[in-house]
Amino acid sequence: MTAHALGWWGVPLAMLAGAIRVSTPFLFVSLGELVTETSGRINLGLEGTLVMGAMSGFAVDYLTGSPWLGVLAAAVVGGAFGVLHAAVCSLPRVNDIAVGIALMLFGTGLAFFLGKPFVQPKALDLPSIGLGWWSAIPQVRAALQVNALFFVGVAMAPLLLWMLRNTGMGLTLRMAGDSSDAARAMGVSPLRVRLFATTFGGAMAGIGGSFLSLYYPGSWNEGLSSGQGITAVALVIFARWNPIACLWASLLFGAAGALGPALQSVGVSGFYYLFNAAPYILTLLIMILACSPDRALQGAPGELSITR
Amino acid sequence: MDTRIRLARAADGVLPPLLAILATLVLFAGFLAAAGADPFQAYGLIWLGGFGTWFSWQNTLTRAAPLLLTALCMALPAQLGLVIIGAEGAFVLGGLAAVAAGLPLAAAGVPPLLVDLAMAVAGILVGGGLIAGCGALRHWRGVNETISSLLIAYISIAVMNQLVEGPLRDPTSLNRPATPTLPDAIMLGNIPGTSIHVGLIAGLVFCVLAWILIFRTTLGFAARIVGGNARAGRVAGLPVGRLILIVTFLGGAAAGLAGMIEVAAVQGAASADLAAGYGYTGILVAFLARQNPLAIIPVSVLIGGIDAADGLLQQRLGLSDATIPVLRGLLFLILLASESLRGRLLLPIPRLRILPGAPRAAKPGVDPTGIGPA
Repeated sequence: MTAHALGWWGVPLAMLAGAIRVSTPFLFVSLGELVTETSGRINLGLEGTLVMGAMSGFAVDYLTGSPWLGVLAAAVVGGAFGVLHAAVCSLPRVNDIAVGIALMLFGTGLAFFLGKPFVQPKALDLPSIGLGWWSAIPQVRAALQVNALFFVGVAMAPLLLWMLRNTGMGLTLRMAGDSSDAARAMGVSPLRVRLFATTFGGAMAGIGGSFLSLYYPGSWNEGLSSGQGITAVALVIFARWNPIACLWASLLFGAAGALGPALQSVGVSGFYYLFNAAPYILTLLIMILACSPDRALQGAPGELSITR
Repeated sequence: MDTRIRLARAADGVLPPLLAILATLVLFAGFLAAAGADPFQAYGLIWLGGFGTWFSWQNTLTRAAPLLLTALCMALPAQLGLVIIGAEGAFVLGGLAAVAAGLPLAAAGVPPLLVDLAMAVAGILVGGGLIAGCGALRHWRGVNETISSLLIAYISIAVMNQLVEGPLRDPTSLNRPATPTLPDAIMLGNIPGTSIHVGLIAGLVFCVLAWILIFRTTLGFAARIVGGNARAGRVAGLPVGRLILIVTFLGGAAAGLAGMIEVAAVQGAASADLAAGYGYTGILVAFLARQNPLAIIPVSVLIGGIDAADGLLQQRLGLSDATIPVLRGLLFLILLASESLRGRLLLPIPRLRILPGAPRAAKPGVDPTGIGPA
């Protein structure tokens, strides 16, 4: 562990490294889910999609030797899961939350089934960019090895904000999310908008999963995801449906997730599991503080089933 | 009501899930064939491993026992229109609380029967308290109960791991942290003449009591009114908050009791093994049973039977341990899709005629619990 040689200074360093490294899957999954939720639908099944993305990304990387092809495959598989969610939800009288739970179980089951042959091997990692060249301390250099996907995710947050606020596409998306009736009156099919939004969300969750298996921790096994997909869904609520807030929240959750292992490496192992659950506790607290029985959460899309 | 109409209504409720099961079997056969296994042989083995012999029936019923209770954790709040998916948390912490209560009492020499009773009470209070907390947050703070219960499930597992690693750990459990083991005298026995633990009886009794509560008492009637239309319930003067608290507590209590039974009849100690997914499978059972407590009984047996056949599928066909989860996930997904078949099966169900000039009904909303109007 990086923190060992540096003593207590290693803790903030590990949290910085964690904020960058651990946050990337949160960032991708939450930005995708943000778009899905903005269109008025919640996909609780992203945990399954994430694990499917991790498995298929790793498998394609292992078979072709190209990590970027793996990321692409993860996006395609994730998108397919998004289409599946949207298709089942488009049927009358089908509830999106229940379909999400079903997809969570189905996705993880299918990924474990198809991923059996890939548990042992090691595949090529995604390349990373060293930003720690100015430091002579190896731990700092290691902490500042930043993966290319992180930059993509960081760039996407302001881009999405701009898209949602300033483009016709963003307006259509928000309209479908705030009022199905308004969308229909404008000649827009809300189901169609949600199909695209859920597909995008699935693809992003797939990419987030491929980061897990292709960079950090960088292998495929059945315990790979520790609920990042669920955390990311909660994170969107935590961030009140704002892409920039999603970025900060992802960094915060990443740092919180790194706190447990970092403290353990300096000998404080008292609350390892509780620190791991910090994102869930934070989200629950925020929901308790921010919600009110009289009105929906500020910034919440009007059609979203969880805020009505 | 006319018998024919009753039959048609029942068929409209029962046929979609049956069609969903059938469609799942067909699709899953294709999946098995693609994976290189003979689907007919696999289904034969599932039948044999789940329901073929007395031995497999005992295995099936043992696996069905916790599902009876965890499914109630979803089905009871569903009567109020709440979607609670935190049974896993109530199960895990209920089991842990039972061990924490049982160990000192057993050490103090309290009679075993009283210790078991205290353990059950501990499991019920902790499990019920957790889920009632989600209900309370929903009613008084407007926090969505689905998200909060899911978060609470994850937090509960972390708390359980923390306590099992820390204050409640048995120092002799080196590789896999666990609490000290309960003395043999405390352990729940089997139903005489079988290898099925008595938890099955507890589950059956709970399901029947839950059905009576929901469909034969005023409390259940009030709960169903609130589930149909919360505002109408409030206008009628129903104590919505109290109903939510009582029903969510009972749901959580069922899952907490299941956790207590798991430690007192199967595992003997609390460890990370408690989080084996009974809570999540219970959600599938509840949906398949259309949130009806009595229907949970056959559905739990069905799902328990499929789980019981897992070992046989792995040994005989070399299929992986992820095969049954795929089947479960597929069944869940198709089952939800089959909801849209209700009322469209061209069954002779008489409909209320809309009088000319009468206000048309609002567009049908999505029914989150899948129960539909009674």
